[in-house]
Amino acid sequence: MMLPAIGLIVGIIIALLTPLRFPIKYSQYIAIGILAALDCVFGGIRAGLQGTFDKTVFISGFVVNTALAAALTMVGDKLGVDLVLGATVAFSIRIFNNVGIIRRYMLDKWFKRRLLREEESYERR
Amino acid sequence: MKRARAFELYVAGVCVILGILLVGQVRTQEYIGKSQIPSRRLEDLSDMLRRSDAERMILEKEVEVLREQVSKVVEGEKTAETIRAELAKARMAAGLTPVEGSGVIVTLNDSKRQALPGESPELFLVHDNDILQVVNELSAAGAEAVSVNGQRMVATSEVRCSGPVISVNNVRIGPPYEIHAIGNPDALDSALHMRDGILDTLRAWGIEAKVQKAASVQIPGYKGGLYFQYAKQVLEGAQK
Repeated sequence: MMLPAIGLIVGIIIALLTPLRFPIKYSQYIAIGILAALDCVFGGIRAGLQGTFDKTVFISGFVVNTALAAALTMVGDKLGVDLVLGATVAFSIRIFNNVGIIRRYMLDKWFKRRLLREEESYERR
Repeated sequence: MKRARAFELYVAGVCVILGILLVGQVRTQEYIGKSQIPSRRLEDLSDMLRRSDAERMILEKEVEVLREQVSKVVEGEKTAETIRAELAKARMAAGLTPVEGSGVIVTLNDSKRQALPGESPELFLVHDNDILQVVNELSAAGAEAVSVNGQRMVATSEVRCSGPVISVNNVRIGPPYEIHAIGNPDALDSALHMRDGILDTLRAWGIEAKVQKAASVQIPGYKGGLYFQYAKQVLEGAQK
């Protein structure tokens, strides 16, 4: 579980070491890109924990979702409708769902471990 | 455990991208914050800028058109001014406008001398010829405007015997005849007073003739109609 955190830190360090700044014009696209990446990360973790992770699905999901979100943003821009809100809501809901599943999984694991430990100590006694 | 490691690697890869994006975006937002404009407002502003840019382009074109019109109008005004000046000059030359200036006033009246038996009484009257001669003499002396009893002499004016009276500009006039002329008073006066000139001749018949130099002689404009039934204008360029 440590690798994604390390990856995040590495990314932040890389960005901090370079004078990276996006054009203001694309600020909305970057924001939606961040949401897409977050969604992807949590989705990946959930799948990994559930044992259903597939690298093709993961990478294609990341690419397609990001592209779709960017396209929606662009079309919304052209139409004068905030379609980006739709993408934001969809990603947010997914993130909450995934985090919820991860949380339950972790809790389950933790309680199982504690139960096991208690059982072990009980048996030892 | 090995499977878990594989997915963690991929997730970590996306996390790297996520981290880069996060930092970049935070920096961008900080920059926007520094410039005191929230990003939503920024969009509005950029939109407004685009619109006002387009508007400015249109206005610039309009300015160009208006400037052209102004120059055309100024040109037109100049032309109109010239035409007006020309017209005023032409009207004055044609004798349509009242004029005023130094000149002479000639008064002719029929002789009071009674015709002797055998003498024609006509000899003692002022005739159209006499007036014509006076007018002719005045014009020769450089009179710029002449009127007979308030009738302006113009190009089509006639001085003609019409029974007991004289017709000038188709208006009958009777004695005493007052001929007004604008010009050099001395020149006009001396032209009339030439030895054996017109006044000498008239006076010989006892006709009362008086010449009065005046600093200000008023002459009215021609009041008759101006129409040409037969004469047609020939343009200078069209002449053969």
